[in-house]
Amino acid sequence: MASSIYFCLLRTVFLVCFVNPLIQGLSGDVNLVNDRRHQLGNNLTGLPIVTFDWHHVQTPYLVIIWVFVAGLAKLLVIELNHHVINVIPESGLLIMMGFILGGIVWGADKAQTFKLFPPTFFFYLLPQIILDASYFMPNKLFFSNLGSILIYAIFGTCWNASTVGLSLWGCYEAGVMGNLDIGLLQFLLFGSLIAAVDPVAVIAVFEEVHVNEVLFILVFGESLLNDGVTVVLYNVFDAFVALGGPRIDAVEISKGIFSFVVVAFGGSFLGIVFAILLSLLTRCTKHIQIIEAGFIFVVGYLAYLTADMLSLSAILSVTFCGICCQKYVNANMDEKSVTTVRHAMKVLANGSETMIFVFLGVTAIDTEIWVWNTGFILLTLLFVFIYRIIGVFLLTWMLNKFRLVPIEFIDQVVMSYGGLRGAVAYGLAAMLDQDKIPEKNLILSTTLIVVYFTVILQGITMKPLVQWLKVKRAAHSDLKLIEKVNNRAFDHILAAVEDICGRIGDNWWTRGWNRFEENYISWLLMKPKARKNRDYLFSIFHKLNLEDAVNYVSEGERQGSLAFIRSDEAANVDFKKQFGSEFTDVMPDIMVDMSNYELGIETFSVTSIIKDTIPSVSLDIHGQDRKNAMDDVNAHHLLQQHLYSSRKHHRHKYSRSHFGINQSENEVQEIFQRTMRSRLESFKTAKMGVSPAKKITKHHKKELTHKMANGHPDGTGHLYGDEVDSAVGSETGAIRGTFLRDTYTVGAGIENPVVFPDMDSSTHNSLPWLMETDAVAPSQRAQWHLPWTPNRLRRLAPMRISTYSTDSFLMADLEEHEEKPQTDHE
Amino acid sequence: MGSRASSLLREEDIDEIKKETGFSHSQITRLYSRFHSLDKGENGALSREDFQRIPELAINPLGDRIINAFFPEGEDQVNFRGFMRTLAHFRPVEDNEKNKDMISGEPLNSRTNKLHFAFQLYDLDRDDKISRDELLQVLRMMVGVNISDEQLGSIADRTIQEADTNGDMCISFSEFTKVLEKVDVEQKMSIRFLH
Repeated sequence: MASSIYFCLLRTVFLVCFVNPLIQGLSGDVNLVNDRRHQLGNNLTGLPIVTFDWHHVQTPYLVIIWVFVAGLAKLLVIELNHHVINVIPESGLLIMMGFILGGIVWGADKAQTFKLFPPTFFFYLLPQIILDASYFMPNKLFFSNLGSILIYAIFGTCWNASTVGLSLWGCYEAGVMGNLDIGLLQFLLFGSLIAAVDPVAVIAVFEEVHVNEVLFILVFGESLLNDGVTVVLYNVFDAFVALGGPRIDAVEISKGIFSFVVVAFGGSFLGIVFAILLSLLTRCTKHIQIIEAGFIFVVGYLAYLTADMLSLSAILSVTFCGICCQKYVNANMDEKSVTTVRHAMKVLANGSETMIFVFLGVTAIDTEIWVWNTGFILLTLLFVFIYRIIGVFLLTWMLNKFRLVPIEFIDQVVMSYGGLRGAVAYGLAAMLDQDKIPEKNLILSTTLIVVYFTVILQGITMKPLVQWLKVKRAAHSDLKLIEKVNNRAFDHILAAVEDICGRIGDNWWTRGWNRFEENYISWLLMKPKARKNRDYLFSIFHKLNLEDAVNYVSEGERQGSLAFIRSDEAANVDFKKQFGSEFTDVMPDIMVDMSNYELGIETFSVTSIIKDTIPSVSLDIHGQDRKNAMDDVNAHHLLQQHLYSSRKHHRHKYSRSHFGINQSENEVQEIFQRTMRSRLESFKTAKMGVSPAKKITKHHKKELTHKMANGHPDGTGHLYGDEVDSAVGSETGAIRGTFLRDTYTVGAGIENPVVFPDMDSSTHNSLPWLMETDAVAPSQRAQWHLPWTPNRLRRLAPMRISTYSTDSFLMADLEEHEEKPQTDHE
Repeated sequence: MGSRASSLLREEDIDEIKKETGFSHSQITRLYSRFHSLDKGENGALSREDFQRIPELAINPLGDRIINAFFPEGEDQVNFRGFMRTLAHFRPVEDNEKNKDMISGEPLNSRTNKLHFAFQLYDLDRDDKISRDELLQVLRMMVGVNISDEQLGSIADRTIQEADTNGDMCISFSEFTKVLEKVDVEQKMSIRFLH
């Protein structure tokens, strides 16, 4: 509290004392530019030791000062949000801060010297935000909803533009707005620039209102892609206005429609070209790793500018550049570069966004631009709001006929309410030509007001609205406990069956594309080493299921006892520590994964898996909370609080200030642990046979099949009856191999009779990622030779000796010619 | 890929499955290619490990139980017909099916059968009753670690109380059906398979 007040004071003092003179210095006459020279030339009486030379550094200094001030503003806003209020979204507060700053500047200068100039905005502030958004875009989610997004972006924006423009024109003709020098075309032009939902504003507000990921991607994707439409409409109507009414005929109109196709697809295509360029670049930058991070920004910016030069959609260009290059760039670049890029992107994007909002506020304090026309402004607000709602509901109704998961009512409300306008609209309005459009100031004022209204007011009321709606919906159905439990259970069941069925998107197209991409595109754009690692990663992910279990046990061995497994206490494998935070980024992405094995591992890196997996398992044994029994109300409340959310309740995955996702990682971790525990418990109750090193797996399998023929093995009456079957039937074959090796090397003599009745001392082979630091040295082959890729796996398939893929992994370590003799053992 | 996979599936099989489950021809072939892609061993049957390979299931609280639901009693492999039979429970209910004459007398995706599927997920020992322990197990799987056993026990007791009409402290299938009559099971347990 004290610190924020301190900051507040500091800033005002700073601004008043420091900025003021600067401004006055600035607004002094131009003659002063030559001051220094003159001084030196004319009045030089002695050697000046130190001179004060403002004009020498003026421009860069001002720029940096404003960046600095904007940063301070953001700091203040966040402090306020933490300590004082959390009602107004950050973007709104920043705009207000801009008002204050603008007021100070205006007070000093009687004129607004620092406005948000469109070129500044479009060239220096916007590109990095879009690049950041697209670089971190959850691709799988985006493409699976691409159809809906496109519908909203194209038809929604056209609808908004035309209806707002036409309605305003209608009202103008009806005389509501008084006397204005405006025609139909200009109204349409205005409609087109005010229609576009703004990505910057949307992200800013949606971050505070946690919505489910589908909803988020729809609004977010729409806001990014509608630029294609906006640019076209804007340019077309601008040209029409310049041409003049009479010259517009069918030819021109059809040209307009055609230009949409060219601009949109051209922009996207250009973005893809630059993405390919970027990927190829990163493929070759093995020896200049220190600067390869810079390429992302440079090429991204190039994509933007090139598209703008060719009058194509620059935002679309950057969007597709970011979306397409993510995967390859992350695979090709060194781990440190990947981290650098991510951090730098976030810094730049955050900074730009802050500056944009502050300047949006500053720009308002300027008497020159304000033209107030009550009718125009109020009607615009009304129409913008209403037509958004109508448009969204109409389009959603159509879309729901084709979508697998229909978009619910509450989502539609949020979507329509979340159609925020922002700086892009302002930028376009500021670029209007005063001569062609005499009422430019009116349009500008109105745009500003619409922006403020949507960002501030709608931002403030969004959260309460959502909560009210949800509460309202929930209040209707007074569910019993059992209904609640079952509802949630159904959600989980459905999610699981969906995953088993491969989700609806897993059709011929996606699989064909995946294969094409795997074979040709990755070959071209990824480093060979990265490709091998990626294949390895696919396999390792599967192994992680088993391997996590193994590590779990091995860690227990290391800590001295496996007793905790036998107890019912929750022993945690720290998910995060184990696999690094990258993994938790990956995991939720996996949840929306389309195909079997394309994990969309955006931030994964092999080395982290290999290095971090081993010793950093942390095991806490949680004591159970011994609370008192509760009464009826509490039961419902408790259940509500603690039930795991199913997939459709998970939160969105993109955040301006966080790398990971906002969703409950803890839940994922808990569930994962439990699943592993249960699978593990099945292992321990099964008899674990032993066999010599390389042939471990097959012998186990033999024993297994033998045992199975006799019916169920003894489950020691433990909880998960069915899982016993699962263990016996499935993973034990291979996992026991690694299991035994690992635990033996770690335990070095500790034998847990429950788990390992017999141990074979020759099981020394330890795969690299299972190695403990103090382990017995593994065989050289196992140590340095990575297992083969699944591609080989498939080729191995016909020669398989067991149905357990992990067998192939272990065996894949062997040379090819060795496989033949192995098969004989079967 | 689709064609290669479906070449292993004969027309007679498709027809039989169609009759039994009600899926359309294209749906069956699509699901077959999915089955095939899951089947790493290419031996025409899925093991539990094949299911466990799906990463999402590891982070689904009921994942393992659902995997088990695919495997018939005591068996370790499920062939395509078994796979389809289980999936058939999740086919959306269509109005014109109510009159169809199915083998079992009622289509697999009827409301009763859907509920029965869910019931069997809870009822591990297949005694047609969900005991307090079984319910407790399910609840434990579905809630976070911060709930104590006592609290969970109370919730379980209360839940059983709501459903139990004959006072045996267990939920039988009829009680289960009755207490869930207001829930839109048809919608909640249906996946729209693309045509």
